[in-house]
Amino acid sequence: MLRDGKGSVKVSSNLSKKASTKKAIPDHSRSGIVIERRARVIGTTWRMIVILLGCFFALLPIVFVVSSSINPAGTLATQSLLPRGVENLSDMTTNFEELMFDPQSLELLPFWRWIVNSFIVAGVSTVLTLFITMLSAYSFSRFRFYGRRTLLLSLLLLQAFPNLLAMVAIFLILLEIGRLATAIPEAIPFLSFIDWSFMELLGLNALGGLIMVYVGGGLGLNTWLMKGFFDTIPRDIDESAKVDGASNWEIFWLLIFPLVRPIVAVIGVLTFIFTFNEFVLARIMLRDTINWTLMVGLYNFISAEFNRDWGLFAAGALVSGVPVVILYLSLQDQIVSGLTAGSVKG
Amino acid sequence: MSTNTRLARSPDGGRATPSLENAGIWAVLLKYLGLAALNAMALIIIYAFLDDDNLGLAIVIIVITVFANVVTFVPRLYPIRWMAPGLMLVILFVVYPVLYTIVTAFSNYGDSHILTKSQAIELIERRQFVPDTAQSYSWDLYQNEAGDYGLWLDGDDSDGNRVVAFAIMGEPIQEVETDNEEPPELYEGFRLLTVGEQAQAMVQLQNAIFGTGEDTAAIANRRQAARPLVQQYVFDEERNAFLDQETGSYYLANDKTGFFVLEGGTSSDRLIPGYRVGVGLSNFQRLYEDRTLLTPLIDVFLWTIVFAILSVITTFGFGLFMALVLDHPFIPFPKIWRSIIFIPYAIPGVISILVWRALLNQNLGLITNTLFELTGYRIPWFTDPWHAKSAIILVNLWLGYPYMMLVCSGALKAIPSELYEAASVDGAEAWQSFWRITLPMLLVSVGPLLIASFTYNFNNYLLIEVLAEGNPPIPGTSTPAGYTDILISYTYNLAFGSNQGADYGYAAAITIVIFTIVALITLFNYRYVARWERVGESV
Repeated sequence: MLRDGKGSVKVSSNLSKKASTKKAIPDHSRSGIVIERRARVIGTTWRMIVILLGCFFALLPIVFVVSSSINPAGTLATQSLLPRGVENLSDMTTNFEELMFDPQSLELLPFWRWIVNSFIVAGVSTVLTLFITMLSAYSFSRFRFYGRRTLLLSLLLLQAFPNLLAMVAIFLILLEIGRLATAIPEAIPFLSFIDWSFMELLGLNALGGLIMVYVGGGLGLNTWLMKGFFDTIPRDIDESAKVDGASNWEIFWLLIFPLVRPIVAVIGVLTFIFTFNEFVLARIMLRDTINWTLMVGLYNFISAEFNRDWGLFAAGALVSGVPVVILYLSLQDQIVSGLTAGSVKG
Repeated sequence: MSTNTRLARSPDGGRATPSLENAGIWAVLLKYLGLAALNAMALIIIYAFLDDDNLGLAIVIIVITVFANVVTFVPRLYPIRWMAPGLMLVILFVVYPVLYTIVTAFSNYGDSHILTKSQAIELIERRQFVPDTAQSYSWDLYQNEAGDYGLWLDGDDSDGNRVVAFAIMGEPIQEVETDNEEPPELYEGFRLLTVGEQAQAMVQLQNAIFGTGEDTAAIANRRQAARPLVQQYVFDEERNAFLDQETGSYYLANDKTGFFVLEGGTSSDRLIPGYRVGVGLSNFQRLYEDRTLLTPLIDVFLWTIVFAILSVITTFGFGLFMALVLDHPFIPFPKIWRSIIFIPYAIPGVISILVWRALLNQNLGLITNTLFELTGYRIPWFTDPWHAKSAIILVNLWLGYPYMMLVCSGALKAIPSELYEAASVDGAEAWQSFWRITLPMLLVSVGPLLIASFTYNFNNYLLIEVLAEGNPPIPGTSTPAGYTDILISYTYNLAFGSNQGADYGYAAAITIVIFTIVALITLFNYRYVARWERVGESV
């Protein structure tokens, strides 16, 4: 029944919406105002039912997490959709307290450290990605040179290579870069007065290495996205500036950049969230607990002993999920325009 | 505009192309200093890599450095200069891994073929055996604070004189002057281990060699140690083979399979480890020749396609449906409903997938239990292939439809209302105008995104791995494969996750197949976008 209704009513209302302003629907005007109002009430009612069902579907796992996080019993078996076992207010914060303030738990699972790591990785990746892609996109958008199309297309096609499966090579690269910390003083003894251990920060099991992989791996797509926005700015602007004697750098920095700043901000937010939430590569690259990002840490709450730490996981999920959700919701419209252009996820 | 004053000051409207006429002396200086620093750093790294026998990476760094210099000094490449930082990263982290994977696909690189031939030879040459001429000693084990072991030897030489010695790994054996029968409790910072500790340590030290060079010792059994040992395999360059000093037989290098095989023996009489060799197309031949590999691969491939298509259809269908439902003038607070439905998209993927895994947990999951109470049937979500597959589609629907809904509601607004008016004047039914106007118009603008979504799901490792880990497993396959495995998770397990030994060569061959498919779809999508949106001017 719903299926029938879906097809017809939906579109008729679509029509009525578009046309009602001009009062040009032949059917309805013949049948009189009463029938139209009844149809409208029915239409709105079933729509509201569908919408509420949709909201229920969307919120079901979220309500479950919220109730798990305030349920003082931490096992999965004791969870329900509505919180159980809460007798007083302090019960509700049991999981959060253990997660965030219990020194014993923090030593094993350094939650705050993971948050800091995640912010470092996402923040640095975002800044680097924006800077590098803006320069490339400006060039692709503003200059015409031999091999431009080929280069653009190659960037796009390289993106089709599954990063995850090139892992052996990426692994080896980072391993070797990390080993430079000891390899350089060994190979070139007179340079050993410099402390080369910073190379380890760029290697395997380090945040720097992960950042390089993120930035390098995402460049193709981000350049395309950014170039698309640069293209929307008329070239007359820089032509006239050029006549006035502006250098390319001045045109880029003083003219184009201020104009694209809003969309750069959106791409920045998207990159930030994307790297903040990334899990697969981070899990492979980061071995030590102390170097984990938030997502890797949360995953390990329950991967080992699925049952026992469920409450902690739920609390952690809530703490880390809420800011992202708020950010997303407040920038909803801009994000959609950015996503539609680039389809980063989905 | 403040920029105008700035621009007006530029000398005589000079042309702002390659040269740096407008830049100050400091900018030029900064540029060359930067380049010099980059070159110096690169030289150091290249030297260190070469010193480490790491030719591949050294070449990459050379390429990157040469690229940076050429781009800086050749005026014609000015536009590329802007992309230099990006392209340098892309060369290192995208191009090189891609080339590396392609080369690997034509080799036998894997667990028993990790090393190059010279590395393998070096490793095998380190093996030693106890010759008939060796003396046997009684032994005791010591350990220092750093955890290094020391071996106390006590015995007679061939003339019957008592010899006492202390041996550490990698250092010459020291002779000890002593009259005591018993070994001392402490010797040069090493502590004598208790009997129990010695028995434990012996297990790990079974193949350990103490001492260095010609004079080495090893533990032979619970009572005796032997000294000196002799190198077992000596590489003979001319015969391209190892001579086994113990038996006098030769192990010939087989450069087709990457093993040293016993002369006159069967192919399984070989030295481990093997080494890396090119195997031509044989990894690709295995893709379609080996039955036990082929059957799971076809299953996995078909499911990958079905999964990707179903994901797009379900998320798009449901998203469009919700967008149409919400697109109605009399619905109160449309923005609130839209935001609520958008929430699943905003939650980090790992978290939501883990929550779903818990909800669908076979014994404890909330959804499983509720359905059990309602229907009396406990759904075997992750042990039955069909249920596992539907669970994956369901969870992916939850993850993906909010995005489709938002995209569709944007695209719906862009459809000109004149079209609907014209249709209704012509007497079109509602469903007709949906099929003839809404859907085609929508597909024009949303089509490229649907294709992008297809390629994304084609490689959606996160969902498959975190939700079901590929389970349930397909029985009777020679490589680990599950009913819900898609190509990327199957290949990943082949290369990294399996217990039977990693096979990078074969995994790389499949990777290239995946890459080809996704690249073709991307290319198609690109042409499609170019045709519909007429980006011709800018692309």
